[in-house]
Amino acid sequence: MPQDANHIDDVLKKIERTRQARRHKFYLRDEKITLSHGSGGKATHNLIEGVFAPAFSNPLLDAMDDAATFGINGTGERLAFTTDTYVVSPLFFPGGDIGKLAVHGTINDLAMAGAQPLYLSAAFILEEGFPISELRRIVASMATAAKEAGVTIVTGDTKVVQRGKADGLFINTAGVGVLRATWPLGQTQLQPGDKVLLSGPVGDHGIAIMLAREALDIDTTVQSDTAPLHTLVAALLEAAGEGVHCLKDPTRGGVATTLNEMALGSEVSIALSEQAIPVHPEVRGACEILGLDPLTIANEGKLLAIVAPEKADVALAAMRNHPLGREAVIIGEVQAEPAGLVFLRTDIGGLRVLDMLVGDPLPRIC
Amino acid sequence: MTMKYIDEYRDPELAKRIAEEIARLSNDQPLKLMEVCGGHTHTIYKHGIEDVLPPNIDLVHGPGCPVCVLPMGRIDDAIAIARMDDVIFTTFGDMMRVPGSHGSLLDAKAEGADVRFVYSPLDALKMARQNPDRRVVFFAIGFETTAPSTAVTLLRAREEKIKNFSVFCNHVTIIPAIKAILDSPDLRLDGFVGPGHVSMVIGMRPYNFIARDYRKPVVIAGFEPLDIIQSVYMIVKQIREGRSEVENQYARVVRPEGNVKALEAMARTMELRPFFEWRGLGFITHSALKLRAEFADWDAELLYEVPGLRVADPKACQCGEVLKGVIKPWECKVFGTACTPETPIGTCMVSPEGACAAYFNYGRFSMAAERHKLSVLQTSASTAQE
Repeated sequence: MPQDANHIDDVLKKIERTRQARRHKFYLRDEKITLSHGSGGKATHNLIEGVFAPAFSNPLLDAMDDAATFGINGTGERLAFTTDTYVVSPLFFPGGDIGKLAVHGTINDLAMAGAQPLYLSAAFILEEGFPISELRRIVASMATAAKEAGVTIVTGDTKVVQRGKADGLFINTAGVGVLRATWPLGQTQLQPGDKVLLSGPVGDHGIAIMLAREALDIDTTVQSDTAPLHTLVAALLEAAGEGVHCLKDPTRGGVATTLNEMALGSEVSIALSEQAIPVHPEVRGACEILGLDPLTIANEGKLLAIVAPEKADVALAAMRNHPLGREAVIIGEVQAEPAGLVFLRTDIGGLRVLDMLVGDPLPRIC
Repeated sequence: MTMKYIDEYRDPELAKRIAEEIARLSNDQPLKLMEVCGGHTHTIYKHGIEDVLPPNIDLVHGPGCPVCVLPMGRIDDAIAIARMDDVIFTTFGDMMRVPGSHGSLLDAKAEGADVRFVYSPLDALKMARQNPDRRVVFFAIGFETTAPSTAVTLLRAREEKIKNFSVFCNHVTIIPAIKAILDSPDLRLDGFVGPGHVSMVIGMRPYNFIARDYRKPVVIAGFEPLDIIQSVYMIVKQIREGRSEVENQYARVVRPEGNVKALEAMARTMELRPFFEWRGLGFITHSALKLRAEFADWDAELLYEVPGLRVADPKACQCGEVLKGVIKPWECKVFGTACTPETPIGTCMVSPEGACAAYFNYGRFSMAAERHKLSVLQTSASTAQE
């Protein structure tokens, strides 16, 4: 369509202007909360930017990273602080349960800030009638997960609501850790030329949850990848030091949403190779059947690292030396232009935009 | 559930070779080919196929996305049913976000309606069995691809005498829509990529009139990227050789006679409506299905009182022109600005199979990207594979 090139240019400019305008002005048009607002995708983004961010605005929050980091008067030490709530359904799924997820998720939020996780809190919202035996199983699973990860659960809370007012139980965990990274780390730190590293195959957690739900009668061995990533992060920081510019675990919204947040946060472009991105055959199969893109499916034990080009090889080697990074790969590169967009060189050699997840293929994934 | 076989349909080297062959055969002659099926549109954008094909091949995205062609009035009717007491309203996920004149099913759900998404009408029937004190309604949409499963579900509901289950039938048939497009004066098409899944049910014969009366090649295609690229090659070859025939690229699935059992199930439960409104295309005679009189007990249209109003599309929305292939999605006045996948105005932006959503999500910047010469992609790929 070469004859349309000028027109396309105009349209692209128009869209870009709209994107720019919307980036800083979030019109939350919805009058009620819908499940999309919990998807981790664009609607969640709009809700945060439209309701929470303006009300709570401060420099620590406005960084919009997985955890807030701050110094303690005079000690020179810096801490990372984060919280997360877990509403996954079903409570038990192949590869894990809500308790394990609640420990790993908060550990990972701290780890992505470049911190060594130390202490967690655990708060429970229990529904009247919930079997104590199941609660015991979940709590035991949390205890094991915390012990294995070397963190301690030091405070907690319990609330009970009437039958029908909560679906079994919900868990909130918060966590603090000591910052290891002494340099700025986060989604505003991407630079053109940086490499994009991924620690392993994507989509396992979301597909495991989806297939565990009753509505889908598909036999499978897909397991959630839930895992604490702080030791993998430690190895990565040890090897590549200040060469590590950003760490994120692609949970809700998957790799696609996480990389879009980075591209927007740093006003850069990210170019990916679809062929380089590992996906387990079973996950790929399920995605084909269900019409989903593995790149928008949640993970709970994978990380994306943005690393300076000269440190990319040592970073990759360090990840591959760690049990949770054996299948780590470089999947793409950061570029200056066109800012705010993620591109994918597709499996058959085409090129397309990889956008954030819109709508929710699957509510209550974590 | 391993899917090793899909890789052979995604070989970039082979894709490139076929694309070169298409370029040679078509000799830079501009050709407009319509892929009728929304599933094809989705594949085309998801894999960046337009970027692989030579620039003189222009793919026009046809009316084959069932969500996109459903008029707003029908969605309002669906929402009215969903809001009724003791109704569990079940639907495919895509339909949840499609805006009616006052919000979508998702909005209705947020306001308290019991709307649930299912992957199959049989799941809805199961839900009816499990909730005997509720009335379960299935929002049936789609072409001949999904109609057989609705038909089978109806037969089972009757056999098991499940009376708290009903179907709000919006099934449409593809052939009258293709004919309406061929008869549309503002259109110039050189050939059709025929819908694979629909053809699996209806077979090849119903397309004969396109080749015979309109002298346009039709190639029924599969849904992998190489299926589509090969189908384009087959169409271009027909044009080059001055032929217009119905060919079957998807022979591994589509049989010439179709699926007789599926057609039988449909014929037992459904019959043609005299006419039905298509979004953007207007009223088309004999283009949709309704339940037969003997299934009146399971027909939501008879069981529930709905507004049944015809609702005009938003003025700014040009879904109709997009569906007919008169304009490209990005030529619509509101594309990408007022109308985006998160705030859709027209249905083409809602379903991932809709031409506008597909273009917005995947295709939007392919030209811009080329200009930015993203050559580094090759380097990253080779580093990654070492």
